Amino acid sequence: MASRGVFYVVTLALFIAGLLLIIYQHLTFQIPVFPGKKSEVWTVEAKIEFEPSANTAATIDFAIPAIQPNFTQLKQNTSSLGYGTSYIQKQGANYIQWTKRNPIGLQTLYYRADFLYDANANNSSMTVPEIEESVEGEPYATAMDEINDAAYSKSSNPYSYAVQVINEINKKSETTSLLLSKYTKSDLVVKILNRASIPARVVTVLELEDGRRNRSLKNMVAVFDNTSYELYDTTTGNSGINSNQLIWTNHGSSLLDVQGGTNARVSFSILKNSVATSEAGMLLASVEKASGSDIVSLSIDSLPIEEQSVFKTILLLPIGVLIVVFLRIIIGIKTSGTFMPVLISMAFLQTSLVVGLIGFISIVCIGLIVRSWLSYLNLLLIARISAVIITVIAIIGCISVLTYKIGLTEGIKVTFFPMIILSWTIERMSILWEEEGYKEVLVQGGGSLFVAVCAYLAMNSLIIQHITFNFLGLQLIILSLVLIMGNYTGFRLSELKRFKPLAVQIKENLNGDNTEIEAKTLNQKIKDLKNNPQATLKKWQEEQNQNNAKNGKEDK
Amino acid sequence: MSVLNFLSNLKNRYANPWQLQSFGIMGMNQRNVNFISRFNQRKLFPLVDNKLKTKKIAIEHKVKTPNLIGVVENQQDVKNIISILKGSKAFCIKPSRGSGGKGILVITHAEHEHFIKGSGQVMSTHDVQRHLSNILAGLFSLGGKPDIALIEDLIHFDHVFDGYSYEGVPDTRVIVFEGFPVMSMMRLSTQASDGKANLHQGAVGVGICIRTGRAVRAVQHNEPVKYHPDTEKDLATLKVPHWTEVLTLASSCYNMSGLGYIGTDIVLDERFGPMLLELNARPGLAIQTANNAGLLPRLKLILALPNRHSMSISQKVQFSMQHFGVFNS
Ligand SMILES: Nc1ncnc2c1ncn2[C@@H]1O[C@H](COP(=O)(O)OP(=O)(O)O)[C@@H](O)[C@H]1O
Ligand SMILES: [Mg+2]
Repeated sequence: MASRGVFYVVTLALFIAGLLLIIYQHLTFQIPVFPGKKSEVWTVEAKIEFEPSANTAATIDFAIPAIQPNFTQLKQNTSSLGYGTSYIQKQGANYIQWTKRNPIGLQTLYYRADFLYDANANNSSMTVPEIEESVEGEPYATAMDEINDAAYSKSSNPYSYAVQVINEINKKSETTSLLLSKYTKSDLVVKILNRASIPARVVTVLELEDGRRNRSLKNMVAVFDNTSYELYDTTTGNSGINSNQLIWTNHGSSLLDVQGGTNARVSFSILKNSVATSEAGMLLASVEKASGSDIVSLSIDSLPIEEQSVFKTILLLPIGVLIVVFLRIIIGIKTSGTFMPVLISMAFLQTSLVVGLIGFISIVCIGLIVRSWLSYLNLLLIARISAVIITVIAIIGCISVLTYKIGLTEGIKVTFFPMIILSWTIERMSILWEEEGYKEVLVQGGGSLFVAVCAYLAMNSLIIQHITFNFLGLQLIILSLVLIMGNYTGFRLSELKRFKPLAVQIKENLNGDNTEIEAKTLNQKIKDLKNNPQATLKKWQEEQNQNNAKNGKEDK
Repeated sequence: MSVLNFLSNLKNRYANPWQLQSFGIMGMNQRNVNFISRFNQRKLFPLVDNKLKTKKIAIEHKVKTPNLIGVVENQQDVKNIISILKGSKAFCIKPSRGSGGKGILVITHAEHEHFIKGSGQVMSTHDVQRHLSNILAGLFSLGGKPDIALIEDLIHFDHVFDGYSYEGVPDTRVIVFEGFPVMSMMRLSTQASDGKANLHQGAVGVGICIRTGRAVRAVQHNEPVKYHPDTEKDLATLKVPHWTEVLTLASSCYNMSGLGYIGTDIVLDERFGPMLLELNARPGLAIQTANNAGLLPRLKLILALPNRHSMSISQKVQFSMQHFGVFNS
């Protein structure tokens, strides 16, 4: 068979082409075949609340984080109903400015930003502050000098000087309690250092902890030695910044300015995401691209982030298809609808597995109940399927609203289910129920779910995601595998079980007048026929003539 | 230890694929790739999925089928049903694209607008018309597609099979490969199968020897049985009469449909002998269990025949009877 030969050549060519493409990408772009360790991306949300003054326009300036070591900002956005937003610079510091003509009632504004923890990032936008000439009145000036004297004698450079100042302040004495009644601790440290001609400034820091809400910023003191600086914690005197501390303001200016409002307050919530390092690298590359420095030029990476995520789901689809083909052809699992399980598993990717399973099962069950009622009405197919679609949409709507009301925000995600596909599934299962009974429905429904979960697990795996996103050659390999499986003529795993009783019977019993297993007799005949067609056919013809003659005699 | 247990458990529940292969048992993938998609052209499928089309080509090729009384295609025909029936006394109404016996209405006696069903129940003209409307609306066809109804003569089933089947009438399934009858089985309905002849619902499958028409063995739910579970009849005594005629009829379905690998369903009428009831382009694999033999060696022997395309129907039937027999006489 020539076509079969061509088929194998094409399949092999696809496989090799895919493999070569992967190797090429691996070698030229240095993309690792396996995802490296994970990176952390912190999502920080600042919530600003204030009460607007009556009949005035409101302008809110909120300081946003500047460039700093250890963190790279990936993206930022705001949400604030009816406000104009702009990013502005005030005295060299970055602010977001919200404006509204006439706000009424308690106002809530959100600023959200993603930060990638990146130990290699070491740029900083912090500037050396000017030393304020202090005109301190008595008895404070004397008290400060006292601390300066103590610190000076015990230190060797600006940094150790700062540590000593903090230590002195933290000692409970009359001097310190006098000073602390006038200044906050961090302001005091800055003032005292300035008196000693050491540049210093108060910066605010957010401690990043996963899943925290209602957090506020913490003051720290930045102490400068020429252009380099160190951060100090004024309560402990510890120096340096921890990997989970994000500098929010690195300038002396205010965090929040509200014009046209009162009782303003800021709180922060924090969320940590772990992403594969390669993915983080891609995010980073796209940020750098946005800022004009083109370092990577790989096909998918060059797309904007949002388009990338769409593209990624498309790239994952063949993985799901491969799993379905494998489970159906090699294992022999029955599913309802050929690729319905893949679409369900795509929905699982959006909803997370547990929510997805609960959502799917409840939608299908309710749908089946409604559909069984519809079948009493003897509707035509199109009307019936439309009714089921509307029912499915209603069920999805109810589930998302109900769960949201109860406080399960996850419930809203059931809207990710492919509604048309679900409706057809319900239709098909209900026909199956009528024709074959509930057992078959359980077998096929369970089979579909099992396949969907398998496909989900594969598509959700970090390694598989990494490979599919980075190596387009994989798609060719998947294609060749699917082609090969489409030509698999061996037994399905389920058939090994199905034919077990038959195998036992054939082995133990001969049929009728047979003296050996039929397959043996026939295989011998095939061999004879192939080796010597003419003679064998002649022999058979003679046998037949004899038989006919014999039967003819018997008939008479 | 538990590993050994697991392995022996696996061995008890799953067959060894190489053994299955040596017995020539055909699996689903094998059937789909090497037989259905190779020998059955896609465009010919509607011929067998639509009973009206099957009937038309059967008449064209002089293949015996129950006589077609009329066709009901629209509501107008439903109203005119009495004139379409042309005074027939016994007939059968079925959806053209139905399956599994759904929507089949058997009328054994019609008189003065009273219709007596096979079960003895009496129907009015109005009841029959409603049934026809349901068929047209697609209530019985696959996926609920609109359909048409066929009305054909009632088959008067041959009494040789009395007692072999519970309620329903047995039909004979013959697998035909390029005109050669390859394997055959009879499906007997049981109480468990609800009078339907579907093996997976609990009907009994009886393998039939191609040479003689005698029962080879019987299985229910994949396990061998000796007696019919409801009627207690000894299934080994079953023998299909007019056997050569049955095979000839089955074989002629290849020329008629052009499909290389088909299942033909044949019934025996006491007046007209074997008649074709329907064709199936995707015949199932359970026939192997009923015959205690694999399909593949038989199919391969036919494929190895160099002159198979030039053989006549009777030569093909002779060949099959010579080589695929289980009993010598
Ligand atoms: N003309 C007929 N006369 C009597 N019974 C019939 C007739 N046609 C069909 N039947 C009964 O209906 C059953 C199913 O018919 P069939 O044509 O095979 O339709 P299906 O595709 O639904 O299986 C047959 O096994 C037989 O018992
Ligand atoms: Mg049938």
